[in-house]
Parts: sequence; structure tokens; C-alpha cells
Amino acid sequence: MAFYIVQFLTGLASAASLFLVASGLSIIFGVTRIVNFAHGAFYMLGAYVAFTLTERLSGALGFWGGIVAAALIVAAIGVLVEMVLLRRIYHAPELFQLLATFGLTLMVEDLVVLIWGPDDLLGRRAPGFKGAVDFFGQNVPSYDLFLIVLGPVVLGILWLLFQRTRWGVLVRAATQDRDMVAALGVNQKWLFTSVFALGVFLAALGGALQIPRDAVNHAMDLRVIVEVFVVVVIGGLGSIIGAFVAAVLVSELNAFGILIFPKISIILVFLVMAVVLIVRPWGLFGKPEAPARRTPGLTVNPWRPLTTNERFAALAALVVAAALPLFAGNYALTVGSEIAIFVIFAVSLHFLMSVGGLASFGHAAYFGLGAYGIAFLAKMAGLPMIVSLLLGPLLGLLGAAVFGFFAVQLSGVYFAMLTLAFAQIVWSIAFQWVSVTGGDNGILGVWPEKWAAGPSHFYWLSLGIAALAVVILRIIVFSPFGYALRATRDSPLRSESIGINAKRIQWTAFVIAGTTAGVAGALFAYLKGSVFPDNMGIPLSVDALVMVLLGGVETVSGAVIGAIVYKALNIWLVSQTEWSKLVLGGFVVLIVVAFPKGIVGTLESMMNRRGNSTPAKPAILTSRIETAE
Amino acid sequence: MSMVPTLLSVEGLTKSYGGVHAVRGVSFELRAGEILALIGPNGAGKSTCFDMLNGQNTPDSGRIRVMGQETTGKKPRVVWRMGVGRTFQITATFPTMTVRENVQVALVSHRQQLFNLWRSTTNFAREEAGRLLDLVGMGAYAERPCGELAYGDLKRLELAIALANQPKLLLMDEPTAGMAPRERIELMRLTAQIAREQSLGVLFTEHDMDVVFEHADRILVLNRGTLIAEGSPEEVRGNAQVRAIYLGEGLVYDARHREGAHA
Repeated sequence: MAFYIVQFLTGLASAASLFLVASGLSIIFGVTRIVNFAHGAFYMLGAYVAFTLTERLSGALGFWGGIVAAALIVAAIGVLVEMVLLRRIYHAPELFQLLATFGLTLMVEDLVVLIWGPDDLLGRRAPGFKGAVDFFGQNVPSYDLFLIVLGPVVLGILWLLFQRTRWGVLVRAATQDRDMVAALGVNQKWLFTSVFALGVFLAALGGALQIPRDAVNHAMDLRVIVEVFVVVVIGGLGSIIGAFVAAVLVSELNAFGILIFPKISIILVFLVMAVVLIVRPWGLFGKPEAPARRTPGLTVNPWRPLTTNERFAALAALVVAAALPLFAGNYALTVGSEIAIFVIFAVSLHFLMSVGGLASFGHAAYFGLGAYGIAFLAKMAGLPMIVSLLLGPLLGLLGAAVFGFFAVQLSGVYFAMLTLAFAQIVWSIAFQWVSVTGGDNGILGVWPEKWAAGPSHFYWLSLGIAALAVVILRIIVFSPFGYALRATRDSPLRSESIGINAKRIQWTAFVIAGTTAGVAGALFAYLKGSVFPDNMGIPLSVDALVMVLLGGVETVSGAVIGAIVYKALNIWLVSQTEWSKLVLGGFVVLIVVAFPKGIVGTLESMMNRRGNSTPAKPAILTSRIETAE
Repeated sequence: MSMVPTLLSVEGLTKSYGGVHAVRGVSFELRAGEILALIGPNGAGKSTCFDMLNGQNTPDSGRIRVMGQETTGKKPRVVWRMGVGRTFQITATFPTMTVRENVQVALVSHRQQLFNLWRSTTNFAREEAGRLLDLVGMGAYAERPCGELAYGDLKRLELAIALANQPKLLLMDEPTAGMAPRERIELMRLTAQIAREQSLGVLFTEHDMDVVFEHADRILVLNRGTLIAEGSPEEVRGNAQVRAIYLGEGLVYDARHREGAHA
């Protein structure tokens, strides 16, 4: 019995940090409507800065002074970020906000390694809380007890802040109706900045308080952000009470999940999240978001199938690509195969994002599932390669069918967070279930059969499948189904009132996209001869997002160009610099702020401008999209 | 009159929000070919009523039947398939498609081809889409991007979309709101003509009393959630209670001077 109580207390202690970070995210979202992906990065920075202040510069401020100072310093960095970056994108679509803050996260990951080095750092214990308390024969660290008390105390302080201060009243008012608050003469700029500062302060404090419990490392940002997303999905975005209750729930599920499913404890959290989503899609304490409404009179160039000339041009490009083995060496062909595979992956996400308006932040899950599908079949069943190639992606289909069913219940930022959480769950299973997946060691020796083994043969195979995937997806875009999918994206209200079952349409689109990603993953497994959990990691999901964005999210097949340019650039960059994440993150931020239409989108609008003399119309992505409150 | 079938029958429709009765015991019938206006001051419960009729909102109690079939509590997409089309106060169309494609999507849905992944939509029911657009006078705009249309044209496009499944009943929520005076008259004349030709029932809400008294065959007056009057335009005009409610709201015999003053 005592053991379970101790386990319960450990869970409560973990909940404290999680609550701090999640409440910060919720407060920022409530006012600015930005889901701050970089929240995990601020949490991590809080831990690193606190480590420096308490360890390297100890004595100056004392331990507790160091913790608070660290949170304040990081909050100041947050203010800088808000003023320089976020103010430019408050009116951009949420996808761009998520991507920009994710770009920041990537940059911070490398910066942290640059400053503090790649090794885990062990912080000192908190003075006064170094020992353990004996609890029916079990030891409970006294620092855990401190954290257990701290959580509700912070909740109380926040409550007082929002209920009893003028600033708090303004924040609550802005959470309900930003425009009205602005109309009443409140300086919105500084309200947003101060709210962002508070949110970042809470995240950094959460990170700083972790140093007596956990080693500080440069992967802690993604781990915490996924947990935080799960917490806010369960608790409801914008609700502080929700963040508290869900943080406790998730932490307890983790604490006890280890006892029930030691290998795949995260399954339990997933199940609870699934149940909450079915019963209350906007979280336990959340309120349904009014769907974003596009302003009438908004101009977008309608999509058209390729003209005959354009078809010939595309065919010519394919012929040129197919001629590559005639003059390129083996390395170039391997790179070419990889690019072709990523074209498939990128167009699959592009289909979901551009046509369906569903920005998945965890698309790599289905890529990885396809890869593992191949590995299982090749290793265990020993099937011929062709059969494996046909069956392997079915694992991606299965994953997309299960997760997609839940994901399409939501939209916008909730959809993004949920898909990210699902991908992380799939990754954790691949990572933790060593007996089946080989864990971190992956599954090796997945080689293609002789007929496809040569670099040029494999290149032709990849290129052929990529061309097929692009053509099939284009056909679907212009099919009745494709129009129905666009209808659900353009106007949920109108599509529902002309008999379209939006969720079933979107679910189907999710399965199509997931299966296509699975095909890419299957080829990738054969290309590399092995599969690893990284094949479904978050960085890979983000790669796909960047490819789509780079190509142009408003275009029909921009992702093809996006994938080619990005992948070639990426392969080159990794060979040139150690700090590829820093460059990549900066690149992402730059595209979002300066180049939101992507390569193909920009080219298209240039051609249109030349084609007709009417002045350039505002693009959907750069113009403000009004939200019906 | 008794030979004309009842299209819509509403019995005891009730909805309250936290103790406030938005709609209380509303009952009425609508016959084929009839144009019925639902009027009332702001907050009278018109929108709540409307949303319950096409399934956007669920009543606490009461029954709604369309051509004898129960539609109470059914989803909008199901109600649509039972022959009820709807337009919105603020138009809801597909801004990234052309005008023709907007109608084609509705036809795709009507013909149960939503999950067809293979054939091209470009020529899907092209003639029928063209016919619907001609009907509302939008034929010349078929290839224009919907996002470029003027507001009055969007309203007409929405009407074409709503007619795509050959509905028996058309629900129009403030069909002329935000339109120029001449456009209002044209749109309502068009609606009346379509209703006559296809023997459609039309139920509409409207703030512009000129439009209401000019085009409605019958008028329902809603106040604080209950029906307080029902009858021909002349009967409603003469109703003392209605006049009392609308005193200062502009329900006068000649309201032309108020034109364009409505939000």
C-alpha cells in the first residue's frame, strides 16, 4: 500500500512542473491565440540558465535566487521573441505560427548545445530539501513534497492575479474578445507582450525547478512539449484549472502506467486522451473554438488541372530525371532515390494540408509505420519484395485509420497538437518495445531483392513510384472527393448544409495521406537497409511540413518542388555544418515571415500578375483571416 | 387551398438557454408554393427558430416534419437530403473555387458521388450547374473565382447552391441583408418566381419590411420566443399588438424612406 502512495506522490511532484509549463501555454493561447510550440524550448532554457546560475555562479544569488533569476532572464528573452517575431505573425494562419515557433525550437536546440555542450548536466540539490522523508518505510524525496505543495500555490497565485488585479481583468477580457478590448482603448501590444512574458516565465520556472530532480539535456524540450500538448488537449486550451487537473491526471497515469504496462506505459495516457476527446472534444475544461471564418470577398486563384502543355513539360522533367543514371554516379543516384522518396512523403502531407486544410504535425508516424511494416514483413515473413512493398504501407494505413479517426474530430491547433502527440506515442512504442522493434537499435538488414538492388534500378523504382503517387494524388484533388474535401476546408457550415459528412471525408483523406506516407517509408526502409525509431520522429514530421511550406501550401503540387529543393539543401547542409538545426530553424522562421507563399506559390502569382493586368490580390495566407468569435 | 400539400409542419417548438426561453411553443405550417416570412424584433428568437428547422440546433421539445417525415434533431446534412435547402445571413460559400465549382460540389453531394476518387469534376454535371447559375442570373460569372464576387452575387450563388438538390423547402435567413436596394428587390422577385415555378415552399426571416410586405404570402410575427400574430400581410399590418411591438421599429405602411438603413 505504502508503495502505491509513494508512487502517487511521485506523480503529484511531476505534475507541478508540467502544470507550470502547460498553464503558461494556456495563458498565452487564451490571449494571443498562438500555440507557442517554442514553449518546450523556453522550459529547457530555464533549466540550462538555472544550472549556470546555481552551479557555475553559485553564491551570487543563492539557489532559490538563481531559480527565480533564471525564469526572469528567460522571460526577458521571451519578450524579445514576442516583439521581434510574433508581432509579425499574429494575423497569420495558425499553421504559420506553429511553424515559426517550431523553427525557434530547432534553433534553441542547437544554441543550447553550442553554449552548454552536448552532455547531460547534473544540477545541485535544493538547499533545505536534500533529504528524504520516511513514509511507511518508503523514501520520498523532500523536494518532491515541496513541488507537491508548489503546484496548488502557483495555481492560487495565478487565480488571484487574474481575479484581483486590473491586468488580470484585461487578460480575461482579451481571452473572451480581443477586438472588443482593443476597441476599449487598451494597448494591445503591451498586453500581449506581458502575457507572453508571464507564460514564458512559468515555462522557464518549470524547467528551472526540474534541475534537482532530473539531468538537464538538450532533448528535454520535445519531451515536455509533447506531454504539455497532451495535458492541454485533455484539460482544454485556455483553462488554467484544466491545465492543473490534466497535469495531475497525466502525471499519475505515467506514474502508475509504468506498473501496469512497464514497456509501453504511454499507451495508458493515449487511451485516456482518446476517451476525453470522444466525450469532450475541447477538453475537460475547455470551450469549443468558433471555427475560423474566411472573410467573404477573399481572393484565391482557383486550382485547375494541368494544361496539355504543362503536362508535356512535367513529362519532359520526368524523362530528364529518369535519364540521371546515364551520367550520374552511385552517390548521386542514392541521393536521387532519397529525394524521390521524400517527394512522395511531402505530397502526401501536402494533400492533407492544402486540400484538406488539416496541418498534421506528426505525419512521420505513418512514414515510420510503413518502414516498420516492411521491416517486419522482410524479416519475419520473408515475403518477396513486391508483396512486401504492397503490404508494408498497410501498417501506415492502419495507423492513419486509428489515429485519424480521433484527429479529425478536432481542427486547427487541436488537430496539430493531437497529431503530434500521436506521432510521439508511435515513436515511444518503437523506442520502448525492444522485443518487437529492436528499440533504439532498430531493425537491420532490410535489403531490396537483386532486381532492385543496384543504385540505378532502385532510383528508377523510387522515381516511378513517386511519379505515380503525384499523379494519383492530383487525380484525387480534382475528383469529386477532392472537391468535397476542399469544401469542408473552405466552409464547414456550407458543406454540412449541402449534405457533406465532413468528418468522414476528412478521415478518408487522412487515411489516403497516411497510406501514401507509408509507401514512402517502405521505400525508405529498403533504401537504407534498416529502420529506426527516428524514421517516425518529430524532426521528420517537421521536415515534411517545411517541404510543403517551401513549395507553397496554396498550390496543387508545390510540395514536389519543395521536397526536391529542401532535401537537396538539407543533404548539402548536413555535410557542410554541424549546426544544421540552427540554420534550418532560422530558415523556417524566415520562410514564414518573409516568404509565406513558397516557391511555386510565388511563381504562380508572378505568372498571374503578368497574365492579367489587374493588381495583385491579397493571398489568403498573407491577408488577415477574420475569426468569428 | 386544402388540396395543396403541407410541406413543413412545426408543432410546439421550444428552446431555452439557461432559463431564458428563446423560443416557446411555436407552431405553424407551410404549404407548397407558399412564401412565408418570419419577422420579429431583435432577440425575438427568429435565428434560433431557423437553426432548429435545418438541424443546426436541437429543440428542447416540439416536432418538425418535412413532407410528413420527422426531421426533429436530425443533422443539417440529413435534413438537406430530405429536401430542405438553406441560405445564411452571412453567405457561406467556397471561396477558393469558381462559381460553377461551388454549384458542382452541391451536385456531387446530391448525386451521392462524394467518395468518387477517380473521375474528373471539371465536367461533372456541368450543364445542370450552368442551368442553376442561369436560373439565378449568374451564368455569365460561372468561371469567376467565388472569392472575387460582390456580396449581392454571393447571395445569388448561395441560392443556386441551395437549389442544387431540388429542394421542396427553402430556408433563407435574411436573404437581402447587406444588399443594395435594387438588388434586394431583384433577389426576392427571383425567389418568388422560382418558388412558383417549382412549387417550392420558402420560409425567410427579414428585417426589411418593404421586402416582407411586398413578397410574403403570409407572415409570422415572433416576439420574445412566442408567435403573437400570423396571417396575410394586410392582417398583420392591422394587428394592434404587432404595431405596438414595432412602434419605433418602422413597421409603417410606407417604409420606403428607411431603405438601406438596416444592419
